[in-house]
Amino acid sequence: MDSAMTIILTGFDLLLSATLLWLAWQLLRSTDIFKAIIFFICFGLLMAIAWVRMHAPDVALAEAAIGAGLTGPLFLAALRKMERKQKKERRFDPEEKRDNPDKRWQVRSREASPLMWIVAALTLCFAGLLIRTVWIIPRPLPGLAQQTAAHLGASGVDNAVTAVLLNFRGYDTMLEVMVLLLGAITIWSITHAPFPPRLPDTSPVQKSAVRLLLPLICLTGGYLVWQGAYQTGGAFQGGAVLSAALVLLLISDFLWLPDMHSLPLRMGMVLGPLVFLSMAVLGIITENALLRFPPEQAGAFLLFLEAACAISIGLSLAAFFAGGRPASDLREKPYQTDQPDTEKEGS
Amino acid sequence: MTIPEIIGLVSIAVALPFFLSGTVGMLRFPDIFTRLHALTKADNVGLGFLILGLCLQANDWFIVIKLVLIWVLVLIASSASCHLVARRALMKGIRPWTAQ
Amino acid sequence: MTNMLYSFTGLILFVFGLFALISCPHPLRKILGGNVMSTGIFLFLVATSYRTDTASIDPVPQAMVLTGIVVSVSITAVALVLATRLQQSANRAMNRREKKNEGGAAEG
Repeated sequence: MDSAMTIILTGFDLLLSATLLWLAWQLLRSTDIFKAIIFFICFGLLMAIAWVRMHAPDVALAEAAIGAGLTGPLFLAALRKMERKQKKERRFDPEEKRDNPDKRWQVRSREASPLMWIVAALTLCFAGLLIRTVWIIPRPLPGLAQQTAAHLGASGVDNAVTAVLLNFRGYDTMLEVMVLLLGAITIWSITHAPFPPRLPDTSPVQKSAVRLLLPLICLTGGYLVWQGAYQTGGAFQGGAVLSAALVLLLISDFLWLPDMHSLPLRMGMVLGPLVFLSMAVLGIITENALLRFPPEQAGAFLLFLEAACAISIGLSLAAFFAGGRPASDLREKPYQTDQPDTEKEGS
Repeated sequence: MTIPEIIGLVSIAVALPFFLSGTVGMLRFPDIFTRLHALTKADNVGLGFLILGLCLQANDWFIVIKLVLIWVLVLIASSASCHLVARRALMKGIRPWTAQ
Repeated sequence: MTNMLYSFTGLILFVFGLFALISCPHPLRKILGGNVMSTGIFLFLVATSYRTDTASIDPVPQAMVLTGIVVSVSITAVALVLATRLQQSANRAMNRREKKNEGGAAEG
């Protein structure tokens, strides 16, 4: 029974690896970039299964929500913007078809064919070196599993991954939340965006489905954050689910959304880094070390931290999707005072 | 093995052909509307049987509630997204396939 | 066995992504290649720490990968906005050049 199980699992692993490699090859070589993006979404979903297979359910949730659920729509939105820009303007190549936007780029790649062969050979050499390196790594590798398990009691949570993320290696997570904020700031300083992109026709089915699902999605996000203390879940997964709710809101063309102030959005995006920083400073004052929590109250501290991070992660990811500073921003129209104040908070 | 567990296993086994037929339909049907039809209809029934089987094997009411919630949410999401894909296809001018 | 298999899958994914990053001219394809590369690295990191028994699995690489996924999304988002801007300005430059060519032809 046990050996049969092993054979089945090995077969599954082989099948999964082969499918992943095939999908990666397809998405990098297919001629239509839209198809490539769809392949990428499938690739992310299969990666989530691979993470589950490797006993990493936290990573699987994050991959399914962020890697497949959010990156795919990001690519699709960018593709739509690029295509629309191309359609409006005049083109060099009159034979270029609209449904195949990367034809222009392909022609150039065919010209550089000898160079391509050199690149392929170099990449193959590099791959050989990498495979050799992996082959000579001594196994089994030493890990930090025992140390983590030994200090888990002092971290305030029962989930080892959450403990590592927020307590043992809090620096990483703090810097990561800062990276998210930095990304949002960069995007906002590069472009403006009509903050929901105006769609000509939104189906009523979509609207009512979004209305039905939105509170449930927010609830699920909060539940994931809460669950992160003792099970699979945490700030990233909860934040990603929250951002999915916001993305749905953005593409459903609700009328009150463009009138919304951007101030709550900005404050929510800053909330996570701010709370993290104040926790770090608090650690310096009370425990004489950055980001160290007193073990008795660590659970409460971490939950507070996670909630703040989840809010700012969700808002930042949604801002990535919107792809620019909101057009209804205060600074865009400083002289329009006759507008009625239709500010609505929350969603 | 208790009787509910056996019924659960049978229910999961019943679910698998539905998924298989949905997938075959998606790969082999001639146009986007028939493919959507195969995918959503067969997979929703398959998912229902799967959830039923898992519910019978669960030993906690909380898990049963979560599983049923997953089923309802997938039903809503899949019917809405199916509608959206079909609507977009109709707007782009894709004619439904007919056996001439 | 399993960790070797997934390690090599991760490596090959990395190499695929690298090749696409160098060879594909379309910016979106380059960003896709970068994403595949990062996924390969993540897969390699977690696969090397994989053990068959659940108790002795190292949570540190998993936490690092979780951080990495979020960072790679931010990088992807910024890169996509930059690519869109690049195309916009390239189109504008192309239009200007075409207009100048037409003007020159009309004069000459």
